[in-house]
Amino acid sequence: MKKELTIFDNPKNVKRLQTGFFLALIVLLIAESFVEMHGYFSVEHFYGFYAVYGFISYVLLIFLAKLLRKIIMRKEDYYDQ
Amino acid sequence: MTNNMLPPVLVFILGAVLIPFLKGKVKAGYMLALPVVVFITLLNLSLGNTWIFEFWGYELIMGRIDKLSLIFAYVFTIMAFLGILFALHVKDNLQHVSGLVYAGSTLGVVLAGDFLSLYIFWEIMAVSSTFLIIASRTKESREAGFRYILVHLIGGLFLLAGIVLYIQKTNTIAFDYIGLGGIESYLIFIGIALNAAAVPLHAWLPDAYPMGTPTSTVFLSAFTTKSAVYLLIRTFPGADILLVIGALMVSLPIFYAVLENDIRRVLSYSLMNQVGFMLVGIGIGTELALNGAVAHAFCHIIYKALLFMAAGSVLQMTGKIKCTEIGGLYKTMPLTCLFCMIGAASISAFPLFSGFVSKSMIISASGKEQIFIIWLVLQFASTGVVDHAGIKVPFFTFFGHDSGIRAKEPPLNMLLAMGIAAFLCIGLGVFYKPLYNLLPFAVHYEPYTGAHVIGQLQLLMFGALAFTLLILSGYYVPEVRSKNIDADWTYRKFGSMAYKILDNGLNLLNRVSEGFLIEFVKGVTSCFKNAATGISLFVFVNFWLLIGYRDKRLEIKKQQLYNDVLHGILPIGISAGVAVSFIFLMYVWVK
Repeated sequence: MKKELTIFDNPKNVKRLQTGFFLALIVLLIAESFVEMHGYFSVEHFYGFYAVYGFISYVLLIFLAKLLRKIIMRKEDYYDQ
Repeated sequence: MTNNMLPPVLVFILGAVLIPFLKGKVKAGYMLALPVVVFITLLNLSLGNTWIFEFWGYELIMGRIDKLSLIFAYVFTIMAFLGILFALHVKDNLQHVSGLVYAGSTLGVVLAGDFLSLYIFWEIMAVSSTFLIIASRTKESREAGFRYILVHLIGGLFLLAGIVLYIQKTNTIAFDYIGLGGIESYLIFIGIALNAAAVPLHAWLPDAYPMGTPTSTVFLSAFTTKSAVYLLIRTFPGADILLVIGALMVSLPIFYAVLENDIRRVLSYSLMNQVGFMLVGIGIGTELALNGAVAHAFCHIIYKALLFMAAGSVLQMTGKIKCTEIGGLYKTMPLTCLFCMIGAASISAFPLFSGFVSKSMIISASGKEQIFIIWLVLQFASTGVVDHAGIKVPFFTFFGHDSGIRAKEPPLNMLLAMGIAAFLCIGLGVFYKPLYNLLPFAVHYEPYTGAHVIGQLQLLMFGALAFTLLILSGYYVPEVRSKNIDADWTYRKFGSMAYKILDNGLNLLNRVSEGFLIEFVKGVTSCFKNAATGISLFVFVNFWLLIGYRDKRLEIKKQQLYNDVLHGILPIGISAGVAVSFIFLMYVWVK
């Protein structure tokens, strides 16, 4: 039997990954102060615009998708009936 | 210009004919050699028209060689190589032959300089790709293949009608920029847009592509839609309607991709979303935007194939491909998982991966032209890509809940194909200059500026943060076994309803008419038969009475005559005599 990877079975490793991820987010927010955000639109000059827009878009997408599911979801054999 | 090389389309199509006669390693080597031969041919071509043939007074140009057609021809040939390598272990000749004919006819479309050869290759593409869909040999794939070919034949008819009107108007079969204007341009546009899966003519794609075999879907993902993108760049750059269609295409499919349970259907919606980016680029129509559309098509073909390969590997090794049935596969398929994540990073446009250097050209072009709404929609859609393709596909396949499945890695050829595609995804992301040099217009664009990298990373990573918070709090969309209705409802449900209406309406009329006709004819014939019997009896009985027949003898005679006339067994001579005299009478009467 071939060896299995079990790295994420250990909750410690998952925790480490999460910590690394959150640290990266903080670094990205701080890094913005070191570069000049030259954009095409004025909104791009708001500090953290991309972070906020990315977060809101994502949440909006998921919630709208959940609403859409109420309209479009059918049983798997819908077309066979 | 003439050259003594064989056109790429013929190398593939004629080359495919030999495949069923070869076996083992010779066959494998032969199939891999075909795209290599084509690639060498392409490298040796100089710009201009070549492979020109006379046909009924028309000039067929099977080699329009310019920067636009060449870059598409390159990537389609690379894709054919990857697709063949990935499917090398497959024993089914039908798939190999139709895959090569499909790739060949796509090259035919891309290199065609006239409408006649374009149309021929266009239809070969539709037919050969149908075989790749039905190659699974299941009831579902046969039905999906049937719907697929019907939709494409209708699209082909639109294109043909447009072409006929175009030739009538311009007196030439050669084509280049057309632009939306007369009726012929709209017909051609609809024909091409259908193949690009443009909303609302898109439903064939998520309906049919997930039905292919683990290997054939990889072929399908590359050719049809991107050859349509090529044609739109050539014939309708700057068409405003493409901005609207593109904006709908980048945004609508991502909702479906979020909800969909079948990983290959998620990837199909994701494919539409990516083509949407290209259509927006074509709609903007500036040099930067068109370059972006071409570059994005190039990168997209490779990373989308990589993602479909990873999904195909999972399907092949586990027999399952639904989010609800798989999960935790990284434990025994770490390489496939790694390749899938590279594909996911590329499609999400992470810096240092291929999508970053191509998609950002289109988004920047929308910014440069100050089309704010489109710019916002594209950024929103980019976050959507992170969700369904960047996170959902790898997460629910290789991580997520442990399904308990312990499948092995796929065969070496499949791993190699994925490895090369993954290498190209990173290579294009890091060393993007060679790609930029191949683009149709000179490039003055630098993707790796501090602002762009930080902005893009923020967008992606804070999207990922939203995913993390949603899934930890249980608010993320739960995976359920389901069917989500899309535009194909119109011809699947409404179609079958219409069928029933026609069946009950027109066929009822048929049945009524049929019944009426039968009864009528029966009535008329029996009436004539009885009349004939009556007249005969009347004439003969009087005759017999005259010559002295009475009682029993008369009765026997009457009975005999009655039976003979009723059953039509009068001597043939009498019928013939009656017929001849009838014709004679007619003749006299007509005279």
